[in-house]
Amino acid sequence: MQTSTVFLTLLALCAVSFFVARHRSRLVGMAGGGLTTLNSLPKHYGYMAALWAGLPALALFVAWLVLESTVLQRLVVVTLPAEIQAMPPSEQGLYYNQLVAYALGNVDASQVSEAQVQGARYYSELATASKQLKMLLVSAVAVLGGLLAVLRIRPDFRARNHVETIFTSILFICSFIAVLTTLGIVLSVLFEAIRFFQVIDISDFLFGLQWSPQMAIRADQVGASGSFGFVPLLAGTLLISFVAMVIAVPVGLMSAIYLSEYASRRFRAVTKPVLEILAGVPTVVYGFFAALTVAPFLRNLGESIGLSVASESALAAGLVMGIMIIPFVMSLSDDIISAVPDTMREASLGMGATMSETIRKVLLPAALPGIVGGILLAVSRAIGETMIVVMAAGLSAKLTINPLEAVTTITVQIVTLLVGDQEFDSPKTLAAFALGLVLFFVTLMLNIVALYVVRKYREQYE
Amino acid sequence: MNKDTFKNTKRIEASLKKRYARERRFRLYGQLAVLTGFVFLFILLFDIVSKGSPAFTQQYLKITVHFDADSLGLGASPSEEDIRQANFSGVIKASLRDMFPEVTGRSDKRQLYRLVSIGAEYDLRDRVLDDSSLLGERKDIWLLAHSEAAAYLKGQVSRDIPEAERKLKDIQMDWLDTLRDDGRTRGSFNTQFFQYGDSREPELAGIRAALQGSFFTLLVTFLLAFPIGVFAAVYLEEFAPRNRITDLIEININNLAAVPSIVFGLLGLAVFINFFELPRSAPLVGGIVLSLMTLPTIIITSRAAIQSVSPSIRQAALGVGASKLQTVFHHVLPVAMPGILTGSIIGMAQALGESAPLLMIGMVAFIMDVPGSVTDPSTVLPVQIYLWADSPERGFTEKTSAAIMVLMGFLILMNALAIYLRKRFEVK
Repeated sequence: MQTSTVFLTLLALCAVSFFVARHRSRLVGMAGGGLTTLNSLPKHYGYMAALWAGLPALALFVAWLVLESTVLQRLVVVTLPAEIQAMPPSEQGLYYNQLVAYALGNVDASQVSEAQVQGARYYSELATASKQLKMLLVSAVAVLGGLLAVLRIRPDFRARNHVETIFTSILFICSFIAVLTTLGIVLSVLFEAIRFFQVIDISDFLFGLQWSPQMAIRADQVGASGSFGFVPLLAGTLLISFVAMVIAVPVGLMSAIYLSEYASRRFRAVTKPVLEILAGVPTVVYGFFAALTVAPFLRNLGESIGLSVASESALAAGLVMGIMIIPFVMSLSDDIISAVPDTMREASLGMGATMSETIRKVLLPAALPGIVGGILLAVSRAIGETMIVVMAAGLSAKLTINPLEAVTTITVQIVTLLVGDQEFDSPKTLAAFALGLVLFFVTLMLNIVALYVVRKYREQYE
Repeated sequence: MNKDTFKNTKRIEASLKKRYARERRFRLYGQLAVLTGFVFLFILLFDIVSKGSPAFTQQYLKITVHFDADSLGLGASPSEEDIRQANFSGVIKASLRDMFPEVTGRSDKRQLYRLVSIGAEYDLRDRVLDDSSLLGERKDIWLLAHSEAAAYLKGQVSRDIPEAERKLKDIQMDWLDTLRDDGRTRGSFNTQFFQYGDSREPELAGIRAALQGSFFTLLVTFLLAFPIGVFAAVYLEEFAPRNRITDLIEININNLAAVPSIVFGLLGLAVFINFFELPRSAPLVGGIVLSLMTLPTIIITSRAAIQSVSPSIRQAALGVGASKLQTVFHHVLPVAMPGILTGSIIGMAQALGESAPLLMIGMVAFIMDVPGSVTDPSTVLPVQIYLWADSPERGFTEKTSAAIMVLMGFLILMNALAIYLRKRFEVK
C-alpha cells in the first residue's frame, strides 16, 4: 500500500507541475507581448515540467524499491551478535528471514531468540525510517525537478523540441526492452547453469545416459548421489516431437495444398478459421485431453490387440501435440505455397500437366526450402511445448525409441525440478536452469536457421 | 499424318486414365487432411463438453433436519460465536439416521453419512445464523450431496461396475434410489462453481479465485504490454534510424516470439523472484512475465497496423506543420488503433491461456481465498485446470472440463471481439 501512496503522490506532483508551468508560461508569454511570442504552446511547457518532475523521481523510487531490502539486511546484520555474523550466508539469510517475519508479526515470540527480537526492533525502526525517507526524498526530487523546469520557462525556450526529444527516448527505451528481455533470459539461465556446472561436470551432463536428479539432502544419506545425464531427456523430447511431426506435417501440408490450390474461395473462408481454432486452444486443454482421453484410449486399444502401451506413452503426448501443431504447419505452408509465382503454375498447367502434377513437380520443389523452414519452426515449438508433456508424458527418464513406452522430456523435468519449495542452491534446482539453457539454445538455433531459410526463399521470388 | 503421331496419341490417351486417377487420389488426400483436422477439433470439443456439462448442475438431497439445541451443544440463548462452534455435522448425522432407522452397523452408518457433502454443515450454520428461530425446529432442507452420490444421481456411475471398483457402495445406491423415489433429490444450476475458490471436496470446488487471479494477472499484463508494445512499434516504424541497434532490436523481437514460454518462467523465477524479491505466487509477477511473453505479438501486429496507414495522412499532417511526434500521436495512431487493438486482444488471449511460465513462479498453490490485490497469492484459470486435472477424484474431472469450457468461452469472446474490430474498421 505504501508503494501505491508514493506513486499517487508522484502523479499528483506531476499534475501540479504541469498546471503551474502552463500557467507561468502564459504569464511569461503575455508579459512578452502575447502568447505568440512563446516558442511553444503553453501545454508543451506544462508537459516539460511534468516530465522533469516525474522521471528523475520515478527513477529514484524504483532504485529505492530494488535496493531497500538488501540495504536493510546489511544494516541489521551488522548489529547482530558476532557468532551470527560469522554464519555462512545461507544460514544467516534464514536467521534474518525469521527476524523479519517476527518484525512483521507473522511469527510469535516463542519461535525467535532474544537477539532476533532485538534485531527485529531495530529492523522495524529502520523500515519505518526508510518509508518516511523514501516518501520525502521522492517528493523532494519531484518538486525540485518541477521547479527547475518552471524556472527555465523563457519565451525563446524550445519546450516542444525538448519534450519530443525526451519522448522519443522513452519510445526507444520501450523497444529496447526486447533486447533487455533476451539479455535477461540469457544471463539468468547462464548464471545458474554455470553454478550447476561447477558441481556437475559438463561432459557428464551432455553425454551421461542416466538421469535421476535425486540429491542427498544430508551428507550422510546413502545411495542418493544423483546423476544428471541429459541424453535420455533429449531422446524423449525428440521422440515425442517426432511423433507430433508425423501427425502434423502430412495433415497440415496437405490441408494447406488443398485449401490454397483446390478449394473454392468460400470453402476456404470457412474452413481456415475453423481449423485455426486448434491453434487457439490453450495447451493445458490439450494436456487434459491427452492425459484423460487419448492415453486411456490408446492403452485400451493396445490391450485389445495384445500390445502393452504405457499409460503415459510418448504416442499419446506426441499425437495430441501433433494436433496442436497442425494449424501452425498449415498456415506457414499456405503462406509459402501462395508465394510461388502464378506464372510457374500457369506454365505447368499450360503444358498439359494435371493440377496434382503441377503441385508435386513444380510447386512443391519450388516451395521446398520454405516448407522445410516452416517445419523447423514447428519442431522448435514441439520441443519447447510444456503443458501437454507435463500432463501426459512420464517422469522417469528412459532411453528408448519405442513410442509406446513412457518417456520424459526437457520441459517436464524443468517443471518437476522447480515446482514446489526448493532450496535455491541445490544442484537439483540448478539443473533446471541448465536444462533451460539447452532448451533456449536448441530452439534459438532452430529458429535462426528456419527464419534464414524462409527469408532466403521469399527473396528468391520477390 | 504418319504412324508415329498416331502411336503417341494412343500412348498419351492410355496414360491419361492413370493420370486422372492419380489426380483424383491426390485431391482426396487433401480432402482427407482437411477432414482429419475437423475430426480432431470435433473430438476435442465434444470430449470437453460431454465431460464438463454435468458439472454445471449440482445435486441436492432433501433431508428432514432436526435443529435440536441439545445435540448442537447450544444453551438457551446462544451467541453468534456459540453457533459458529456448534456441532452441525452431528445434527446432519442424526437426521440421516432418523430418515433411515434401519441402518445400524457402524460402517453402514459411516456410508450413510457420506451421502451428504461436508459443506452441508456450513450451509446449516449459515441458515441458523440468519434465523435463530430455526433452533428446535424440524424442517425439510435441501442439502448438498457428496460428489460420489451426485455422480450416481446424474447417472455417471452404473451398478454394473463391480462394487469393489467403485467408491459408492450398493447400499448407498439403494438409499439414493429411495430418496429419488420419494422426490427427495434434485439437480439445479451450479452457482457455487462461480462463487467459491478451490476446495479439496469436488462438490465444493469453484473457479472464483482462479477467475479473479486471471483477471489481476491479465490486468498487469495489459497495463505493461500494451503501452510498451505500442510505443516500441511506433519507434520502430516511425523513428528508428537504419542502424545496428535497430537491427538488433528487430532480431530480438522476432526471436522472442519463438522462445518457448517456459523459458520466460525461468526468467521470472531468476530475475523477479530471486533477484528483485517480488512475492511468489502473485499476479504481479505473473503479469510481468506474461507481458514480456506477449510483447513480441503486440509489437509485430502493431507495426503491421501502423504500416498500413496511408502515407497521405502523414504527409498531410507534416504539411500543415505538425512535428513528427504530433503526426504519429494525433493522426497515425488513431487510424491504426483498431488493428493495434485486434493484435493486443489476440496477445491477451494467448496470455489468458498460458500456464507453463506461471508454474515456474509458484502460481500453483492451493488457493481457497479470492485474491484481493495483485500481490496476494493466487492462481489462474489454466493453472487451476492443471491442478484439478491432476486430482484423482472423479468429481474433479468434470470440474476440470467445466473450467475448460469457461476458459474457452472467454477465449472465444476475446477472439470474436478481435474479429469484429477487424471487420468493422477494415472498410476504411
